[in-house]
Amino acid sequence: MSRSPYLSSAPSVSVIMVKVMLALVPAIAAYVWVFGAGILVMLALASVTALASEALILKLRKRPIKPFLMDGSALLTAWLLALSLPPLAPWWLVVVGTFFAIVIAKQLYGGLGYNPFNPAMVGYAVLLISFPVIMTHWPAPLELAQAKFSFANQLEYVFGTTNGLSLDAVSMATPLDYLKTQLTLHHSVQEITTAPQFGLLGAKGGELVVGAYLLGGLYLLQQRLITWHLPTAFLSVLALMAGAFYLVDATHFAHPLFHLFTGASMLGAFFIITDPVSGPTTPKGKLVFSAGIAVLTYLIRVYGGYPDGVAFSVLLMNMCVPLIDAWTQPRVFGHKK
Amino acid sequence: MSEVNQETTQQVVQEAEVKVQPKVFYSEIVENGLWKQNPGLVQLLGLCPTLAMTVSLVNGFSLGVMTAVVMAASNASVAPIRQWVPTEIRIPVFILIIAALVTIIDLSMHAYLQSLHAVLGIFIPLIVTNCIVLARVEAFAAKNPVVPSALDGFMMGFGLALVLAALGGVREIIGKGTLFSGIDLVFGPSAKSMILTVIPDYHGFLLAILPPGAFIGLASLIATRNWMAQRKAAREAATPISAGLVAH
Repeated sequence: MSRSPYLSSAPSVSVIMVKVMLALVPAIAAYVWVFGAGILVMLALASVTALASEALILKLRKRPIKPFLMDGSALLTAWLLALSLPPLAPWWLVVVGTFFAIVIAKQLYGGLGYNPFNPAMVGYAVLLISFPVIMTHWPAPLELAQAKFSFANQLEYVFGTTNGLSLDAVSMATPLDYLKTQLTLHHSVQEITTAPQFGLLGAKGGELVVGAYLLGGLYLLQQRLITWHLPTAFLSVLALMAGAFYLVDATHFAHPLFHLFTGASMLGAFFIITDPVSGPTTPKGKLVFSAGIAVLTYLIRVYGGYPDGVAFSVLLMNMCVPLIDAWTQPRVFGHKK
Repeated sequence: MSEVNQETTQQVVQEAEVKVQPKVFYSEIVENGLWKQNPGLVQLLGLCPTLAMTVSLVNGFSLGVMTAVVMAASNASVAPIRQWVPTEIRIPVFILIIAALVTIIDLSMHAYLQSLHAVLGIFIPLIVTNCIVLARVEAFAAKNPVVPSALDGFMMGFGLALVLAALGGVREIIGKGTLFSGIDLVFGPSAKSMILTVIPDYHGFLLAILPPGAFIGLASLIATRNWMAQRKAAREAATPISAGLVAH
């Protein structure tokens, strides 16, 4: 009979990556249900680009290619980026974003473990500031779309082989975008949220995807791949900010639950800000980091020029990580502070 | 005995200094400005215009040429008075000379190239504060005769202009898909036909035009230069000296 304490071996990088990707599967399934199978093409495109550019740059850097390709980190970055993009986008958008994320944001800083910025969010920010029109053009959920895009239509759109098909026919302003533009026209939040793209809590259809992210995130927590600090602090501070503004003026500021269930809140809370490389390492630091992201996200959403602010907030707080880590060093046992 | 020896060595050293000083290698000045000590890629001086004004090839190169003219003129005017400028107040004196020259350039551009002047705007008067101008005056013109100083100023400026042109060209092609846009501001409206559309039907990649594009572009140029220099050094190290002698 063996006795405790047992020695547990730390899981390898590739096991972690595979489990995180597994946690994304419900969200991908929800995407297919809500927006159609086009997202699978986007994911495949991003994966191929990520692996190819990672292999290319590893070869240029004279590093072993196979072990780094097989660890799955490039693949996960590709998936997170593809899931942040509009579910239907031209192929070159995916390729450019993924290439930038892997080559500039990850490999040029030294590869896995050395990148100060979240690669997927760098790719997303590059695309958002370079191609704002395409990046804010989300297709409407299938149940709301006036013209139905079949899977063949979606493929044609992604690869740009047709001239007649335009996304304008099937696209719709996202709830965050719509809320922002309508508020400038002096409508109240209550009026605005009666529009068809609003669902029970967030975006119609989008809520399902957000719920799937929550499910995946809980699986990550249960598997102890992430600690509770980051998602809890992020979501509660975001809800607190939104709640305070909502209590002051409910006609101009949306309900806190709306902020939690739209945009990239859930994806961010469980999959983006939990990146162990570009985030802080101390428990207290994690609370500071995620609270900062939540505050910035809310401010960008309400007062900024872009509909959602998770990507920019993550990058801004990534810059503060060395400082946060230095200031939140836990006391070493036996030492005075 | 030893004292005498010391004196003679000192004399020898002094004589050697006197002999070495006037000997200026013009080819070395040219090489330093364009490649070895290129202000944009090696010294990294004058980064403000390098990053801000290189949204197109024409913008970058025009500002670079203006800087080169200012640098040649300021080096040429500081060199002849170098013996009479007291060391303690040399920086204000140099700055005043540079500022006067930049004002001349600024006003002449306003008179003859008004549309380009409008585009480059504040960056022409700002040539005064460009550290590469003062750096060359201080490091070269304050110690050397007029002709080499003028050449050094012009070559350093021209090296910077080439970097500005390369960076501007790369950012313009990636950002807008064109080359030489804005050339009509320099040569008049008839030059508009010289604008090349490198990539037809291009969406435009805004990042290259925005400030991050300047940083990424400059970093890539510096990396390319370092890579070329390293390759050259490796090749030279690999060639045995005897082989070189035989070849001669």
